[in-house]
Amino acid sequence: MGSRASSLLREEDIDEIKKETGFSHSQITRLYSRFHSLDKGENGALSREDFQRIPELAINPLGDRIINAFFPEGEDQVNFRGFMRTLAHFRPVEDNEKNKDMISGEPLNSRTNKLHFAFQLYDLDRDDKISRDELLQVLRMMVGVNISDEQLGSIADRTIQEADTNGDMCISFSEFTKVLEKVDVEQKMSIRFLH
Amino acid sequence: MLKMRMRMKMLLLLGWCCGLVCAGQNRSDPRGQTGFPVLSINYDYVQMPFEVSLWILLASLMKLGFHLLPVLSGVVPESCLLIVVGLLVGGLIRVMGKNPPVLDSQLFFLCLLPPIILDAGYFLPIRPFTENAGTILTFAVLGTLWNVFFMGAVLYGACRLEAGRLASVDLLSCLLFGSIVSAVDPVAVLAVFEEIHINELLHILVFGESLLNDAVTVVLYHLFEEFAHAGEVTVGDVFLGVVCFFVVALGGVMVGGVYGVLAAFTSRFTSHTRVIEPLFVFLYSYMAYLSAEVFHLSGIMALIACGVVMRPYVEANISHKSYTTIKYFLKMWSSVSETLIFIFLGVSTVAGPHTWNWTFVSITIVLCLVSRVLGVVGLTYIINKYRMVKLSGKDQFIVAYGGLRGAIAFSLAFLLSSDDFPMKDMFLTAIITVIFFTVFVQGMTIRPLVDLLAVKKKKQSKCSINEEIHTQFLEHLLAGIEGVCGHYGHRHWRHKLDRFNKRYIKRCLIRGERSQEPQLISFYNKMELKQALMLLESNSSANLSAGDTAAPQQRSRKTLNISKEREEEIRKILRANLQKTRQRLRSYSRHTLMPDAEDEDEDWSETRIRKQRRMSFMTLPALRESPAVRGSRVESDRPSVLFTLADERLESRGHKPSVTFCLDVEEKPLPRCVSDPGADQLLEEDESLHQRH
Repeated sequence: MGSRASSLLREEDIDEIKKETGFSHSQITRLYSRFHSLDKGENGALSREDFQRIPELAINPLGDRIINAFFPEGEDQVNFRGFMRTLAHFRPVEDNEKNKDMISGEPLNSRTNKLHFAFQLYDLDRDDKISRDELLQVLRMMVGVNISDEQLGSIADRTIQEADTNGDMCISFSEFTKVLEKVDVEQKMSIRFLH
Repeated sequence: MLKMRMRMKMLLLLGWCCGLVCAGQNRSDPRGQTGFPVLSINYDYVQMPFEVSLWILLASLMKLGFHLLPVLSGVVPESCLLIVVGLLVGGLIRVMGKNPPVLDSQLFFLCLLPPIILDAGYFLPIRPFTENAGTILTFAVLGTLWNVFFMGAVLYGACRLEAGRLASVDLLSCLLFGSIVSAVDPVAVLAVFEEIHINELLHILVFGESLLNDAVTVVLYHLFEEFAHAGEVTVGDVFLGVVCFFVVALGGVMVGGVYGVLAAFTSRFTSHTRVIEPLFVFLYSYMAYLSAEVFHLSGIMALIACGVVMRPYVEANISHKSYTTIKYFLKMWSSVSETLIFIFLGVSTVAGPHTWNWTFVSITIVLCLVSRVLGVVGLTYIINKYRMVKLSGKDQFIVAYGGLRGAIAFSLAFLLSSDDFPMKDMFLTAIITVIFFTVFVQGMTIRPLVDLLAVKKKKQSKCSINEEIHTQFLEHLLAGIEGVCGHYGHRHWRHKLDRFNKRYIKRCLIRGERSQEPQLISFYNKMELKQALMLLESNSSANLSAGDTAAPQQRSRKTLNISKEREEEIRKILRANLQKTRQRLRSYSRHTLMPDAEDEDEDWSETRIRKQRRMSFMTLPALRESPAVRGSRVESDRPSVLFTLADERLESRGHKPSVTFCLDVEEKPLPRCVSDPGADQLLEEDESLHQRH
């Protein structure tokens, strides 16, 4: 199974992915075999059903949103490149990369990009603002069904009021970043991919 | 001038206390023989408790004194000052011709140490601890083992080379000495680190290590003691020693866990006897400690496990007053214990028989430093391969430099029997010197070094609902992504534990509806209550600063809109409260603090949400004053807000609101409300919980 999987992945592809995402060779091959095991239809791309089969996502309150985050705008299939691009956000930040000059700008796993990924999970309509309704939806997902709407509403109001600095009753990305400046995002949003 | 007078007063009090203590060592005279004794002295009757109280009084007065002299306490850590005081007191007693008391090991281990450890364990920040558990365990177990064997071996070599008086020190004694001296001491670490406010990661690393290395110390100490007694060591014995380590550590944790669960379960039923709730917490923890000590398991780990396991459930069950009581009692006892320990260390130094040996002592001190540095650097090199956030050189330096030794080492050495260990006095002298060195030199210099190296300090952040929400959000997100990658990291297991906890354990151990409450909601409720109280307190001074008016006004604008919709609900609530408060008795019995505590709990579940909202209404600054109300205003501004609301509603219905109504509603105990008079004190200290002054 392992050798068959890696034979479908060409060396040039691996090199491109390495350059784009920063994963190492062994990490890419390992994640490719994981990709392949998820891909029940064997067509080289994952659909939403493939993700929904993962047990951890089924019980996760944010399961649907996470699945949506893998798929680019309007598409129903994600290939291995897209899969890796999303996962690259969760690579731990390494010290030697902080000084590297990348032509394409910041690496995908920089703090700003990590926060931007999280921000987009809140912001469904992609208007660069978290409105009260979007916040309420997320809160409802995390808290369950036993809490009344009014209480959730007051929590949402309080949250927006704490974060909002320009008075537009929404949380923009810069306000989001500012609120989380004391949180150790580099550690909280990183997964240790084994070498 | 004022300071001089205070210093004189302090000295006088100190002298008087010491005089009394010394005089107390005498036997009292029998009464005179002529006639009926009108006034007689019978000091023997009260001698023991009297002396104990005097010592504690002395310790507390010293603490008081230090904080009247801020210059000194800014430079020198409190522990150093206390040891100096102990030296002075010991010297005074010696000058008076008596023998100063030595720190009795039984007293230390059974009475002085448990409060400090319980305080540390109950308020242990769980999240940083579990995130760094691997690192902490590595330092505690492997680091201590390295220290013991390295020090033991090098000391033995030095004793061999030196010959002369040191020739009789054999390998086993050196190893035993190494095991006593290498353990980082939680009391000393707490005392020093509390004052320097370094960042949470370093604090939890050093502190966690000092707590967990107790298991290693206990095992090695008993092991070497047994070997020295038995006289010979076989390979089987060594293997048994390793097994013993696991038994001691895991057994201690299990004992603590069992008692913790018992305490949590008991607290489920205490809704009718709120007054003794704190007692259960203290008793179960102490029993856990004692039970572990019976079997020579690690008492410290039992205590920590008990506190950690019991806390989330107990806090959901007990009243807020009990929570406050527990917090303050723990802080008070641990503070007094710590003070007493350091003072006694000073006194014991003056008292104990000393055998000074330049070589031994100097090698010990040098070795302590060297082995600690080597151990930390070596272990960090290995640990960094597995950590996501690596430990930098600065971090390693602080961890190495913060390895202070303290009274536990002294007490363990004191427990040695002189028959098996003829060089016990030399050991004691060396240990005292090491303790003095680490506490004075390292304790005093660590603060300027921290500033010099620009180590990150503790972030003074107020609790923020944003951080809580987003942190939970990220936890869920990362758990999902780990699931996608097929990666079973520690988040996966933590998620599983959380789910197990929520489904089974919380149902058993938490009373009533709170077992279903999500963590986010409890956090939010606590925050709202705190803020409501803060605003009430600041309303009474009637001076809102310019910076605050912006936020509350925004809030009031929003909450004003909501209140218009909820008029009927407010009317209902107020009506119900009016009826209740009329029946309220002002009596105070020893069994219940609040006669209608039961009523409060019954309709708690229904009106809880409404009460929360009412509290948020109370954050309205006095904006809604209408001219009709202003005339009948009471002097105290504090209940003004609800008063105005109540007034308007009730005036429309023809009731005349009374003063008592208003104040009663304010003081009506809400389930998680703080109705203590010292509310603002409590809040400030909540934020700086770890400061013990």
